[in-house]
Amino acid sequence: MSAQWPAIYFTVNGAKKTVNVPPMKRLLDVLREDLRLTGTKEGCGEGECGSCSVRMNGELVNSCLVPALQAEGAEIETVEGLARNDELHPLQEAFLEHGGAQCGACTPGFLMASAQLLERNPRPDLDAVREALAGNLCRCTGYMRIFESVAAAAARAEEKADAR
Amino acid sequence: MRGNAETHEMVAPATLGAALELMAREPGVWTPIAGGTELMVAFSAGRLAAKKLVSLWGIGELRFIDTNPESIVIGAGATFLDLRRHEVLAAELPLVAQAAGWIGSIANQGRATLGGNLANGSPAADSAPALLVYDAEVELISVRGRRMIPYAEFHTGYKQNAMAADELLYAVHLPRRFAGHRQYLRKVGTRKAMAISKVALAGAMLVDAGVVKKVRIAAASLAPYPARLVKTEAALWGKALTGESIADARRALMEEAQPIDDIRSTAEYRRRVAGNLLVEFLRGQ
Amino acid sequence: MDFFAGRFGRCILCDNPLAGEGPTSMSAQQKTRVVGEAVLRKEGRDKLVGRACYVDDIASDGMLFGVTVRSTIPRGLIKAITFDPAVNWNEFTIVTAADVPGENRIQLIIADQPCLAEHEVNHCEEPIVLLAHADRQKARAAVEAVRIEYEPLPAVLGIEESERRETIVWGEDNLLKKFLLEKGDVDGAWAGAARIVEGEYRAGAQEHLYIEPNGVIAEWNEEKGVAVRGSMQCPYYVLKSLKGLMGLPEEKVRVAQTETGGAFGGKEDYPSILACHAALLAKKSGRTVRMIYDRAEDMAATTKRHPARVRHRTALDGDGKLLAMEIDLDIDGGAYATLSSTVLSRATLHSTGPYLCPNIRVRSRAWATNQIPYGAFRGFGAPQAIFAMERHMDEIAAAVGMDPVELRRRNFLHTGDKNATEQLMREPVPMDVILDRALKESDFYAKRERFARENATSDIKRGVGLAAFYHGSGFTGSGEVYLNSLAGIDVTQEGRARVLVSNTEFGQGTNTVLAQVAAEALGIDYNDVTIAVPDTDEVPNSGPTVASRTSMVVGRLIERAGGQLLKMLREEAGLGERYTREEFFAACERHRARHGEVHSESRYEAPPGIHWDDAKYHGEAYGAYSWAVYVAQVAVDTVTYSAEVEEFWAVQEAGRILHPVLAPGQIEGGVAQGIGYSLYEKVLNESGRMVNNQMTNYIIPTAEDIPPIHVSFEELPFAHGGYGAKGIGELPHDGPPPAILNAIRNATGAAVNSVPVLPEDLMEVLAAREATI
Repeated sequence: MSAQWPAIYFTVNGAKKTVNVPPMKRLLDVLREDLRLTGTKEGCGEGECGSCSVRMNGELVNSCLVPALQAEGAEIETVEGLARNDELHPLQEAFLEHGGAQCGACTPGFLMASAQLLERNPRPDLDAVREALAGNLCRCTGYMRIFESVAAAAARAEEKADAR
Repeated sequence: MRGNAETHEMVAPATLGAALELMAREPGVWTPIAGGTELMVAFSAGRLAAKKLVSLWGIGELRFIDTNPESIVIGAGATFLDLRRHEVLAAELPLVAQAAGWIGSIANQGRATLGGNLANGSPAADSAPALLVYDAEVELISVRGRRMIPYAEFHTGYKQNAMAADELLYAVHLPRRFAGHRQYLRKVGTRKAMAISKVALAGAMLVDAGVVKKVRIAAASLAPYPARLVKTEAALWGKALTGESIADARRALMEEAQPIDDIRSTAEYRRRVAGNLLVEFLRGQ
Repeated sequence: MDFFAGRFGRCILCDNPLAGEGPTSMSAQQKTRVVGEAVLRKEGRDKLVGRACYVDDIASDGMLFGVTVRSTIPRGLIKAITFDPAVNWNEFTIVTAADVPGENRIQLIIADQPCLAEHEVNHCEEPIVLLAHADRQKARAAVEAVRIEYEPLPAVLGIEESERRETIVWGEDNLLKKFLLEKGDVDGAWAGAARIVEGEYRAGAQEHLYIEPNGVIAEWNEEKGVAVRGSMQCPYYVLKSLKGLMGLPEEKVRVAQTETGGAFGGKEDYPSILACHAALLAKKSGRTVRMIYDRAEDMAATTKRHPARVRHRTALDGDGKLLAMEIDLDIDGGAYATLSSTVLSRATLHSTGPYLCPNIRVRSRAWATNQIPYGAFRGFGAPQAIFAMERHMDEIAAAVGMDPVELRRRNFLHTGDKNATEQLMREPVPMDVILDRALKESDFYAKRERFARENATSDIKRGVGLAAFYHGSGFTGSGEVYLNSLAGIDVTQEGRARVLVSNTEFGQGTNTVLAQVAAEALGIDYNDVTIAVPDTDEVPNSGPTVASRTSMVVGRLIERAGGQLLKMLREEAGLGERYTREEFFAACERHRARHGEVHSESRYEAPPGIHWDDAKYHGEAYGAYSWAVYVAQVAVDTVTYSAEVEEFWAVQEAGRILHPVLAPGQIEGGVAQGIGYSLYEKVLNESGRMVNNQMTNYIIPTAEDIPPIHVSFEELPFAHGGYGAKGIGELPHDGPPPAILNAIRNATGAAVNSVPVLPEDLMEVLAAREATI
């Protein structure tokens, strides 16, 4: 990080950040190296595996394909922002209970993609889940328990909503 | 990761006018980058030759979808998710929304732009076949003004197009006159999602009493750039759709197509499957 | 963060110890208290909140970045190495073979593979020069600035070329290894055969594509020696190579595993190479060196599944019973021996299927070529061998006009039979039960009939196919005795029981399962058990995490160690028959006060009656087998020639299921990889290099491609496995390829005998049939 580069401002998980990095530096690298938020992973660097997925202004993006300058002024959400203090996000709880994570390398990406899905479609059918997660590759689980985890999180959120 | 961020310059003009002025001042020097789903892959692989980039991502004037009585006009900065979400587009020109859904993952659909897809000019471009059968026109813009050309004339060679060094793609115009047409689009990739096209076929056809009144057929990956299959179309004009005329059209396509062997597939596969897709289109309702 | 400063137990980021702790386990009605319950994954929480610390997550402040200059040709002599004068090489650390203090060899089965090429290269991507620099970009760019001049030599690029022996590239005759397995009298059996069926089957290479690429960080200290941590399966394998390469005694080598994002065998031997590279750079520079591969390098340069060619010649009697099997099984080992001999061994021992056959001859060979050395990949030779056998069974069925299900049933091994190596199957062989269950759950016959009708008028042809197979658990023959594994349990002063093993977690559930076993054996709560970081300074060598041995073999060791500890506490520290948590730990403290520690360990003991004759290839090949029948329902689109799995049933018997979520998770993941291997994953090789080394063109299935996978277990607890477990991790990769290709056969009549089968391949077969119909 060098002061020779003009500052780029954005927020990450609600906190304001300023970085002085080349405009072309990948958002993925800014998160991992400059901000030390290593929850977002690099699996391919080609926008194929989705391990680097974060949300930018509410939309899922592959952060390995976003130059830092294009994140200027954006609201970025990463996996580190899903849990509130010590309380896990319903998706994190569900993945834990239903075996949605094995080696964990793809998991942060899947969580971000699933979080976006459930926000927009609180009761997705299996086809909608498959489509929403098609951009996240998993080599360990065969996806079955990821689908189950998402369904469980959706059901739990519905229960909580009903209970109110 | 093989790209070196320090060796690339990038500017992000706030307005379209500012971007065009830059392109006019230094024509051919600044490479436009929108969603980055092509250029950033090249960058990561250490293959991005362009050292100076002008970001179009934040320019609101490029990101729109306007509905007029005669046409739908899609700004070059519209993302594929924008296209999928537009109700009129989905209803009247469904092949565009359909193609948009096949472009990579949700994450990529939210960043990839129509303008980027066309300007990149891959022969496998996902949006191209649909635009070709819909008789799209592209609007190009520079400080010198605007001009319209038929999209069919936009691509001039392998990854080459008709834009001048100071021009940007502004919008794509789609005429609203395909109601009643039989429409077809099928992409054949390596898997169901996130697949680069091995071959794709689009068709729009007006059939009256079993006779072909008007037909447009376009393909991806059968030529050095996305193109209409005009000889195949000619084999169908005014013909009744019978087993024989369909077989003739298939033969015409298989002759007209110029697919290649590459890392993703073979010429033989592309040719044969394109023929099968054509038959599927012509036999369908 | 100073790795040498103490225990490597914390990640630079996290406040929690790496062996994370999960919330309270859930209860279930099982005879055991913890084993068999769906306890939460031990390190799961950290993974879900993004705090799990993989090697690339460790901060790189002050570290040098290491990179590798590799061969661009498959075979040749190195004539010159020139460094572009435009680069200021004084800024760089440069390492070549001349810098190796000990022996320039990677220690595996035989030490034929150099760590760095010296005078010659034998495969593309072979490492020649290592560079390190503080600036990652400069390091990367410098690779292009090192020019290697070669005198190319003729290269051998496949099995056929190697066996012709016109060019010798390894040893005297290109043969890395060969086996001969014989039972009865094969030569005499042909005459009496009612029918003889021949077939040739091929299985291609496969890339592991773990989501986290290979990476290590190495430190050097003049007095303390070398320390390496990173993504790996076998810390003690890495230690062994470092010792030899750096010329250091064991006390001066320390290796620890970091959180590992997938492995599948791809991090069994390769990390030794990477660790040696990083260690050499660390020693030469005196700095900590970080070497993390990007995806393109990982795919291009590291090990893959062995390509195989299997030829079957089978004699049957008039009732469709197997009379004789003659099998020629050949694998491509690549340029160095690596693990080819053991892959070949397992392939050989899985080549004859779960069938009783009185006369057998299997000739198997591993050939050296100038391909990049092949290595371990889930299944380890068995998927290739089983693919051939199970495809062949369907071809036999077609040739003799018999139902492929019936053919198998008629020939199954049963309890009390002798298998191909004349091992008496003392343990139950439940193939009939499993077959019945698979047929029922998949509605096999009804579907087969329905599809046959519907296919006539549809562009989409559907079919069902099955595969029957077994997978031997643990190391072959006397392998486990040779490993001589040692595992332990201790109790810390903070009141935690710690499992001490060198076995690693890389997603499959090692941490969770061994913690369950320990908790069960000690009679304490799952949450009171942690897993020590697999750090060779801290844990004994309980063997590698391979061969589906962890739950069965190491689980058993932990079970025993726990039992021993409990006995110790009862006999010497006044612990009662029943006790509370507080009483347990209080007893531990009393024990510690007298003995200074609370520790128990257990060494491997072979189950009785295991005798293996390596020379004759005869006897108890494996201590235990897991058994399975898999069914695939496939749809073939005749417009695009693509095959797609619509539904899949995996029925198996793998001893006692220790965890009701992790176990099916292993099956589902293995089936998905098997589906990938069958229909999507083709390693495109041109002149000895992989040209599709990107995720965009090496295709694995997405969430839209994987069908519903139904998993069922028959449970027959195995007396000598941890709480009755047998091996489970690799079995699921064996079944899908033959089941899927048999389903394609059923759907279209097309006999496809090689995997992967891509639409382009299927088109050739189907189009040829279209032409003749």
